[in-house]
Amino acid sequence: MSDKKKIMTSGNLAFAEAMRQIDPDVVAAYPITPSTEIPMKFAEFAANGKVTSEYIAVESEHSAISACVGASVAGARVMTASSANGVALMHEIFPIAASFRAPIVFGLVNRSLGAPVNIHCDHSDSMPERDSGWIQIYCEDAQEVYDTVLLSVRLAEDSRVLTPVFVCQDGFITSHCYEPLELLSDETVKKFVGERKALYPLLDTDNPVSYGSFTMSEYYFEIKRSQMEGMNNVLPVYAELAAELEKETGRYYPPIESYRADDADYIILIMSSASGVVKDVVDELREDGIKAGALRVRFFRPFPRKELAALAKGKRGAAVLDRSASIGGTSPLAAEVRSALYSLEEHVPVQEYIFGLGGRDFYAEDAHSVFDDLIKGRYTETPRFIGLLEKDDKNERA
Amino acid sequence: MSALNIKEMIGKKRTLTQGHRMCPGCGAPTAIRQAFMGIDYPVVVVSATGCMEVSTTVYPYSAWNVPFMHIAFENAAAGISGVEAAYRVLRKKGKIDKEIKFVAFGGDGGTYDIGLQSLSGALERGHDFTYICYNNQGYMNTGAQRSSATPLGANATTSPAGSRSSGKLQRAKDLTEIAAAHNIPYVAQTSLHNPFDVMKKVKRAVETPGPAFVNILTPCPLFWKIDTSEQANICKLAVNSKFWPVYEVIDGKYYLSYEPKPPAAIEEFLRAQGRYSHLFKKGAERFDLVADAQRDADENWEKLLAKCMR
Repeated sequence: MSDKKKIMTSGNLAFAEAMRQIDPDVVAAYPITPSTEIPMKFAEFAANGKVTSEYIAVESEHSAISACVGASVAGARVMTASSANGVALMHEIFPIAASFRAPIVFGLVNRSLGAPVNIHCDHSDSMPERDSGWIQIYCEDAQEVYDTVLLSVRLAEDSRVLTPVFVCQDGFITSHCYEPLELLSDETVKKFVGERKALYPLLDTDNPVSYGSFTMSEYYFEIKRSQMEGMNNVLPVYAELAAELEKETGRYYPPIESYRADDADYIILIMSSASGVVKDVVDELREDGIKAGALRVRFFRPFPRKELAALAKGKRGAAVLDRSASIGGTSPLAAEVRSALYSLEEHVPVQEYIFGLGGRDFYAEDAHSVFDDLIKGRYTETPRFIGLLEKDDKNERA
Repeated sequence: MSALNIKEMIGKKRTLTQGHRMCPGCGAPTAIRQAFMGIDYPVVVVSATGCMEVSTTVYPYSAWNVPFMHIAFENAAAGISGVEAAYRVLRKKGKIDKEIKFVAFGGDGGTYDIGLQSLSGALERGHDFTYICYNNQGYMNTGAQRSSATPLGANATTSPAGSRSSGKLQRAKDLTEIAAAHNIPYVAQTSLHNPFDVMKKVKRAVETPGPAFVNILTPCPLFWKIDTSEQANICKLAVNSKFWPVYEVIDGKYYLSYEPKPPAAIEEFLRAQGRYSHLFKKGAERFDLVADAQRDADENWEKLLAKCMR
């Protein structure tokens, strides 16, 4: 008999439900759209005795992540969530959490960074954190959010990794849309996540340790090097854990999802929710005999370079669709893709696109037009913009 | 609360060992030493960025005999909130079975200025911890810049005395009163020249359930421009001149710890320190600012006496 349960829910509520089942020791959070529902729902669980956690309603995102670091270093299992400017306010503390090897699991609900103020999705909040030393996983839908949260607890706390994780989902598109979701039983989740066994907890007063030391040029480099080792272990450890969870769920998420890309000539590389549209268009083109495919990048940190090079090898053209810009430089995903493909003996042409900033919709016709560019060999040195209003355009998307 | 016993206190294991790199004559290690003499429990320390943090934890060494964490400048109170919450939940779950106390340290920069928001949040939320501000009245770790704790007339490197300015032109913020306005169970001001006052207040702070705040006047010989041997004397003068009243606020009730009879003039306190020497420069004296400082001290004192129902 299956002990699973099917429900209709949203990405935020899926994250919160996973939190309830995990029952972390401490959650410290601060409200910000579109992630607010996560701490709100969790506070409700705490208020009704559904979890044994301490919920700390802090006075800012900066204090939220600071309290999370304190609790995690103390030895507790810790989770939180935020978005956009909240994430930016926490920026100072992210590298500290990573350097403390504090295995915090963080629900990052992607939203554009102001100004101008905009509450809708793009990846301009999480991408500036890509060098903070945290793992970044981008989810396509609510089910994947749920499964990824469970995996992330184990991944972050694994002694070979000991690195905090951002579980990213697209604001509103994933966080607020309801879709069918399969939950594991509470017992299965509890068994899978187990209990945290902290290595050097601050609360062990018999064996005092100092965190956050003043470390000059004699040792700083080595501490950073050791963090890299933890990050290097992420993908192999993840593969073990994902296989273990697959036995319960029947679902497996590789670091890069390959959708009909094996024999494809032309591929689109994309992240998160917009990949659903791309997959539909791939199916349509396949019906017309065009060998189209898609690669959905799930892990952005660590970036699965080898996996990507293997998946993109021999393609006649690749389009990279970034949902954030690096103004004055190459967009984050495009930079990683170009770098990873550079090692291939046979050159794969890459075209950069920027789409969806501030929640601008991405349609099937957009994906069609991208594939059309690849097929016709239309490459430009600078990125193309998808759905951008040019001068005198009528705003049909407004 | 048990009484203080000198013999026991002297025999206590040092929380902060020798070998740290604080300057000779610095008040901060004295403050820590005196504070810990008042604590009879296992302690976890969280510190803001500052002289004390950088000088006691030079990797791969640590002068701390107790668990110690420093995250950043502005968040000692937020960090200790997390540690204390973790303790509560892990104790509830039976994973920890002893009573542990939580003490945060911050200089005035990390407390009056950049850390004020996180301190206010932690006090309001009611975490069971003690926040100790070692207040040397400016940013000493970066070289004697002014903070909102820097007093009127002091020559600091970002409020320098020059031909058109006479040092800091504003009064110091009254953080102890701000802490008291959170209606927390215990708030105190104390001074290093009286170790028993420090110990007694820290003891009460730590043993009182809920948040407590202790503000300790802590001289910096480099900024205050005093001889390293003058630490206790200048503190005593600060208290005797009403520049730094020592008092407690217990459950909202004010108690004066000491009343100088008769009080010394503020001018005596100012003249004893090089940071005010420009006020007394021959031909360019600023006795008007000295008078302002006296007026401020008198005003603060009268307000305090009124709160103490005196």
